[in-house]
Amino acid sequence: MSETRADLGIWVSGAAGDGIAASGESFSKACTRTGYHVFAYNSYQSVIRGGHVCMHIRIGQQRVYTHGDKLHYLLALNQDSVARYGKRIEPGGVLLFNKDKFQIKPEQVAPGVQVIGLPVMELVGNQLMQNIALMGALYFVLGLDQKEFKGLIQERFAKKGEAIVKTNFDAFDKGFEYAKTNGKPGELRIGKSDGKRRLLASGNALIGFGAVAGGCKFYAAYPMTPASSILHWLVKNAVKAGVLVKQAEDEIAVINMTVGAAHAGVRAMCGTAGGGFALMTEAVGEAGMTETPIVVAEVQRGGPSTGLPTKTEQADLFQLLGASQGEFPKAILAPRTLPECYSMTIEALNLAEKYQIPVMLCSDLYLSERNETLDGLDITNVKIDRGELVSEVNGKPYRRFLDTKTGVSPRVFPGTPGATYVTATDEHDQDGVVISDVFTNPAVRVKMMEKRMRKLDALLASLPEPELEGPADAVLTLVGWGSTYQVLLEAQEVLGREGIKVNIFAPKYLYPFKGEATAKLLSKAKMMLAIEANYTGQISKYIRMESGVTIQHHLHKYDGEPFEIGQVVDYIKQFLAKKPTTPTVASLVSDEGLPADFSPIAMPGAEAVRVH
Amino acid sequence: MPTNIKEFQGAVKPDWCPGCGDYGVLNALQRSLADLDIAPHNVLVVSGIGCSSNLPGFIRAYGFHSLHGRSLPIATGAKLANHALNVVVTGGDGDGYGIGVGHFVHTCRRNFDMTYIVMDNQIYGLTTGQASPTTEKDIRTKSTPEGVIEISLSPIALALTCGATYVARGFSGEAAHLSQLIKGAIEHKGFALVDVFSPCVTYNKHNTYPWFKERVYKLEDEKHDSTNFQAALQRSFEWGNRIPIGLFYKVDRPTYEDEEPTLRGGVPLVKQAVQSDKLASLMEEFL
Repeated sequence: MSETRADLGIWVSGAAGDGIAASGESFSKACTRTGYHVFAYNSYQSVIRGGHVCMHIRIGQQRVYTHGDKLHYLLALNQDSVARYGKRIEPGGVLLFNKDKFQIKPEQVAPGVQVIGLPVMELVGNQLMQNIALMGALYFVLGLDQKEFKGLIQERFAKKGEAIVKTNFDAFDKGFEYAKTNGKPGELRIGKSDGKRRLLASGNALIGFGAVAGGCKFYAAYPMTPASSILHWLVKNAVKAGVLVKQAEDEIAVINMTVGAAHAGVRAMCGTAGGGFALMTEAVGEAGMTETPIVVAEVQRGGPSTGLPTKTEQADLFQLLGASQGEFPKAILAPRTLPECYSMTIEALNLAEKYQIPVMLCSDLYLSERNETLDGLDITNVKIDRGELVSEVNGKPYRRFLDTKTGVSPRVFPGTPGATYVTATDEHDQDGVVISDVFTNPAVRVKMMEKRMRKLDALLASLPEPELEGPADAVLTLVGWGSTYQVLLEAQEVLGREGIKVNIFAPKYLYPFKGEATAKLLSKAKMMLAIEANYTGQISKYIRMESGVTIQHHLHKYDGEPFEIGQVVDYIKQFLAKKPTTPTVASLVSDEGLPADFSPIAMPGAEAVRVH
Repeated sequence: MPTNIKEFQGAVKPDWCPGCGDYGVLNALQRSLADLDIAPHNVLVVSGIGCSSNLPGFIRAYGFHSLHGRSLPIATGAKLANHALNVVVTGGDGDGYGIGVGHFVHTCRRNFDMTYIVMDNQIYGLTTGQASPTTEKDIRTKSTPEGVIEISLSPIALALTCGATYVARGFSGEAAHLSQLIKGAIEHKGFALVDVFSPCVTYNKHNTYPWFKERVYKLEDEKHDSTNFQAALQRSFEWGNRIPIGLFYKVDRPTYEDEEPTLRGGVPLVKQAVQSDKLASLMEEFL
C-alpha cells in the first residue's frame, strides 16, 4: 500500500566527517535534475570531525519554502541520529542504517516505520562506502529513478578514474539490491515531478555569483562562518570570473583593502559574519566620509560575541544601522530569497557606486548556507551603473567633493592626469582639504554634511514602495525579514488551505526606509504579528522607529535553529483563536526529540551511545 | 629630465611645529619623486592618522588620508586594483607600529611593490605626548609619568623578519642621505620600509636632533653588506651610543602582484573588463 505525497522529508544524519554533506548534496542535485523542488538545510556544529550533523532535505512537486519539519526517510550514520530522530519518522517512513556500526531497539522507532539495516562490510567490503550503499537503499524504498544520481557519481569521480566510479556504482547497486531483497518499497512516495530543468544553489554561492554579474572585481574576506562560502565560491572561480580575491589578516584589513580598491577604481566588496562586521565598523564610516563605494555582505549567525558559530539568527540589524560613529549616508539591503541573494548583490553594487556610499547586504545563516532550487537567474539583462565618472579633466579644475544638487560628485580615479586630490577621513572641503586643522569652520562643515546626507533623498525615492503580499482582507498581517520571509510564505499557504487569510509585510530595503508609506500600508492591517529570529524583536522596533507603527504581537526564536513551519502554523492558529487584546511576546524552541537524560557521543568511532 | 620638484608642491602649506622632523621627510620624498621623473598623477600617497599622516595634504599627488593605523590595507587595496600606480605610504610610529602593527607584519610578508615611510619620533605627538611603541624604556611621557615599563619595538628587525625586501633607516637631519634612501625604496621592486628618525621638537625631549647627531653613523661607511640578512639583523639591534642609518637589507623576490593569478597578464585590474560572457558557464555548476 503506498501513499503519494506532494513533498517528503529525507534526512541524512551522522557525525561530522561521515560525508553527509557530499552525499546529501548529490542527492539534492539529483532530485533537482529529476524536476523536483528541493530545500536542503544542513544543521551542524562547530566541530571538524565527530559532533553531530543532520542534512534536512525536503523534496516537493511544487516549490518548498522551508526545510520542513516532517521526517519520512532517515539515513542514520550513527546511533546518535537514531536517538535524536528515530521517533520523529512518520508512520509509513523508513529508517536506513549501517548495521555493522550499531543496532536499533524497536522502542527507538515510531510504530509503522520500516527499519532496514545494511551489512555494509559484507556488501561492499569498505565502510567508507556506507553513504553510497545507503543511498542505493534509499533509491529502492523511494522508488525514484536513479539515473541522475548515478550521473552525478560519474561527474564527481570521473577525474579519479573509471575504477573509482565503478566502485561507487557497485556500492550503490548492492545497497539497492539489499533493500529490495530484505525490505519492501516505502509506503510514502513523492508524486510525479514536472521534469523541468532548474538550478540548485546556496545563498552564499548566489551572492558570489551576483558579485561577478554585478561587475565586482575585488573581494576581500577573513574566514568566518557563515560567510566563508562566499569567499570559497569566488576564489574557486576567481581567474575565470576576473575577480581578485584577497584573504586578509583580519576584518579591519579586509574592509580597508576594499575601500582602497574601490578608491582606485574597481567595484569592490567584502563579506563577513556579525563578529567580523563588528571589527569593520570604523571603516564603514570611512567609506561614508570619503564617499567610497563599497559593498559589505554581513551574514548573521547566533550572537552575541562568538555566540553560535554554526547556527542562525537575525539579531544584527541594529549593529548594521549603528555601525560607525557619526552620521553618513549608507544603504542596507536584506535579501529574503535565493534569487534575491543574486539580484540584490548586483543592486547593492550599483547603489554603492551611484551614490558613492557603503552598502550593507544583510543575510543570515539559514538563507546563506541552505541549498534550494530556483527556476533560473537573469544573466542577460544585468545592468551595471557605475555612477558619475570622469575619465579626463582636460585642464579644467577638478573638485572631488563638488557640492552638487544631488550630493553626488563626479569621480576620477587616481592615475588621471591633472586631477590630483586628497580624500580624507577628517572633515574636508570640496577639494578634499581637511578643515579639522583650522580653529573652526561651521560653514564648510554644514555644507559638506548636507552634501553627503542629501544623497539619501534620491536614493530613498528610487526604492520600490513597500507592499503587503496576500489578501487585502486578511485577519492577520505577518511581519518578518530575511530568511524568515519564506517561513511566512509557507505559513500563509498552509493557513490559506484551511481558510485562514493572512498577508505578509517583509521589507527588503531596510535603510533608508520608507517610513511614511509603511505607516500608511500597515494602517490597513487588522492585527499584526512579527516573527523574527532574535530575542528583542529588532525589525518591529525598527518599523516603529521609522513609521510610528507599533506591532503589538511578537513571535521570536533565538535557539539557533531556524523556524519550523509546524510550530509557526500551530502558534498562529492558537494566537488567532485567543485574539489577544493586549500585547504578546512568545518564543519557540526546536524540539531535539531527545530523552531528557540523553548524552551524545563525544568522540567519533565510539560504538555505543548511552540511552537509558 | 627629472620632473620639477615644484610639481610636487601641495596646495596646503604644512602646519607641523617649527623644527619638526617631518618637514625634512616631505622634502626628501618630493625630491626623490622628482629625481625619478614620476608624474604627480601617477603617485598615490596613503596615510593613517597622526601629525606625520597629514603629509598627503602637503604634497601634490593623489592622496588618501585614511583611518588611524589603516594606511597599509588601504594602500594594498589600491595597489591590487591598479598596480601601475606608484603607491607611497606615510605615517608615524604610533600609527604603523602601534595600532597598525598587525597590518605592517602582513604587508611585509606580501611584498607588494610599494614604499612605506615611517616618521618615527618615538612619541604620540598629535595626542600631546603619550608613549609610543618605539619610546625607549624608562622614558617619562604624559602617559608614563614614572617611565615606560615595556621595552621598545625594533621596526627594522620586525620588517626584516617579516619579509620586507628593502629595509632602511634615515634621519631627517641628513636630508640628502634620506632622499637617496627614499629614492632607492621607490625604485625597489617590492615592499620597502624607510624608518626615519624624525624628531618631535615639542613632546620628545629625549630623542632630539643633537641626541641623534651624536649617535648616528652610516652603514655604507662601515662597509655593511646589505645583501647579508644575518648582518642586517645584527645591525638592527644596535642602539645606544652608536645607531646605524642607511640601507640594512635589500633582496629581490617576486612581488605579490607578480604572482597574483588575476594579474598575471600584467593588465591592472582597473583596466580589466567585467567577464559578463562567463556568466553562463559559471552558472553551469548550479545545474
